[in-house]
Amino acid sequence: MGEVVLEVVELTKHFPVRRRGREALTRLRRAVRAVDGVSFTLRRGRVTAMVGESGSGKSTVAKVVAQLDPPTGGEIRLHGQSVRVRGGRAFRAYCRRVQMIFQDPFASLNPVHTVRYHLTRALRVHGRPAADLPELLAQVQLSPPERYLDKFPHELSGGQRQRVAIARALGAGPEVLLADEPVSMLDVSIRLGVLNLLRDLKERLDLAILYITHDIASARYFADDTLVMYAGRVVEGGDSETVTQAPAHPYTQLLIDSAPDPERRISPDTVGGEPPSLIDPPAGCRFHPRCPKAMARCGEQAPPRLEVGDRPGHWAACWLYEEAAS
Amino acid sequence: MSEIELEIKGLNVDYGLGEQSVHAVRDVDLTLRRGEVLGLAGESGSGKSTLAYGLTRLLPPPGVIRGGQVIYHPEQGEPFDVLGLSDRQLRAFRWAQTSIVFQGAMNSLNPVHKISTQLTDVLRAHEPGSTRAARLARARELLALVGIPADRLDSYPHQLSGGMRQRVMIGMALALRPKIVIMDEPTTALDVVVQRQILGQLVGLRERLGFSVLFITHDLSLLVEFSDRIAIMYGGRIVEQASAAGLHKDSLHPYSHGLLHSFPALRGPREELSGIPGSPPDLRSMPTGCAFHPRCPHSFDPCVRRVPELGAPQGRPEQDRSVACWLHPAS
Repeated sequence: MGEVVLEVVELTKHFPVRRRGREALTRLRRAVRAVDGVSFTLRRGRVTAMVGESGSGKSTVAKVVAQLDPPTGGEIRLHGQSVRVRGGRAFRAYCRRVQMIFQDPFASLNPVHTVRYHLTRALRVHGRPAADLPELLAQVQLSPPERYLDKFPHELSGGQRQRVAIARALGAGPEVLLADEPVSMLDVSIRLGVLNLLRDLKERLDLAILYITHDIASARYFADDTLVMYAGRVVEGGDSETVTQAPAHPYTQLLIDSAPDPERRISPDTVGGEPPSLIDPPAGCRFHPRCPKAMARCGEQAPPRLEVGDRPGHWAACWLYEEAAS
Repeated sequence: MSEIELEIKGLNVDYGLGEQSVHAVRDVDLTLRRGEVLGLAGESGSGKSTLAYGLTRLLPPPGVIRGGQVIYHPEQGEPFDVLGLSDRQLRAFRWAQTSIVFQGAMNSLNPVHKISTQLTDVLRAHEPGSTRAARLARARELLALVGIPADRLDSYPHQLSGGMRQRVMIGMALALRPKIVIMDEPTTALDVVVQRQILGQLVGLRERLGFSVLFITHDLSLLVEFSDRIAIMYGGRIVEQASAAGLHKDSLHPYSHGLLHSFPALRGPREELSGIPGSPPDLRSMPTGCAFHPRCPHSFDPCVRRVPELGAPQGRPEQDRSVACWLHPAS
């Protein structure tokens, strides 16, 4: 196991809801509890996947960890030191070590600038010589570099654009990459190429990667560890193979049963329910209103992380595993 | 099951006119049988949505249908060519015989009208003699059909979740009991759990109401599970057509093979996958010969020069399979 680079402890992010009508006169302040008490560690040379549906708070985690949004509570530790930056020099120093790759390479590159501009700027801002430019492109397998340097984003395909975005992130020489759905906007046939590239970079540069996705099958393919998020909380974690092959939390089981599987036929059964509102989330375990195995206690107390007991490091936030843990 | 419902013959669709035009759909032949789910898979730019809009004549300019026939076989009466219908005939044909659920259907509801207004609108246009009460009752029935409580009738679209909006769209598509429902990426914007609920419901509805479905998506792994037959498009042409199980077991075209191996598996052994090298073709400058040859690992001499024709491969006893590849020349 690699050294811990980034540690997130009990991270919480609430977004205030605008008060309307009579509510504005009261002292009631409602908030969307987008992320509640999320903890995880990123290690050198390992990919950690964060899987969840839209609205589960997975992208918010990435934004807060990238310091693009201030956290409501909790701590982010880089090499053991708590960091909370608001901008300026401290933010740049943090960025140099923690870089983010965004979902949409069509939107994250400036359409009026060339590849050369995007990359030299990243290098200059982070104090590296412009001579590193060809190497940067070679790292993301865009060769020969001369062919791409003077192109504008619209002249590149989606996969090439995402590679430029990755090269720009590498321009800072980071230790941690936060990849927020890096392949979901790309064509199906080129997604794996980009994932394989990220894996290759992780091995060569010894990066710690947080891979945020809604596709649990790609998490199994690409990530060493997997965390499953539901309604702002992490409900299960462990190494990817264990989480996907022996899911412990009922939500993870639902997620895996819902993934397309060519080996069977869709049957007209209905698994009910939708994720809850995060303004007023259910008490106790947030999954309990939908859970087929819910017990009385699930609606009262939020379950802590409990060891599942089949593999070391496999845990679930579910009362079903209380006995296994004790 | 084997009765033919819709036949597409040599359909060609262009965007723009003259020299500058882009051929988005080229010589497509496709048959939809009564009561089946036909999956149409392909990457963005492969022409799958254009094909759907072309055959329903919903193509907005600069889209032009340059040739071909779309023959509809009604249960009673003579087959006719949809492309030859007059505007008035088309109005009667649309929604009553074929309906379409659009891509990003969650956003195709009008945000300023209630669900009830939008559902009854279809009925008012097609059944002018009906009373308001009857239309409302039918709207309530439609919502029940797709599993939404009837009190949601007075909601506005923003008050519903994405999955519910999608179900309203499906309910609306079924309002006039059409024979064919065309679905263009209906679940792409939804989460897997909701996607599964909706597809499960669709399977149940199809069993009860017996319509046929043309299901368009880029997610081939979903299609294998959901459809009876699958056609795969690349660069505006259909490159392979087979039964879902047959295609999954043994795909003949290298593109189908590559596409099937672009989805990491959730079960079974963990393997190293590579996707397909290169990127999808630019429709403005298509490669010569087979459009896939620059990305194809097996490309050889004739691929560069001549376009392979879609036909039953030689020496294959299986029925109902066609492929356009020089590796498997047509018999």
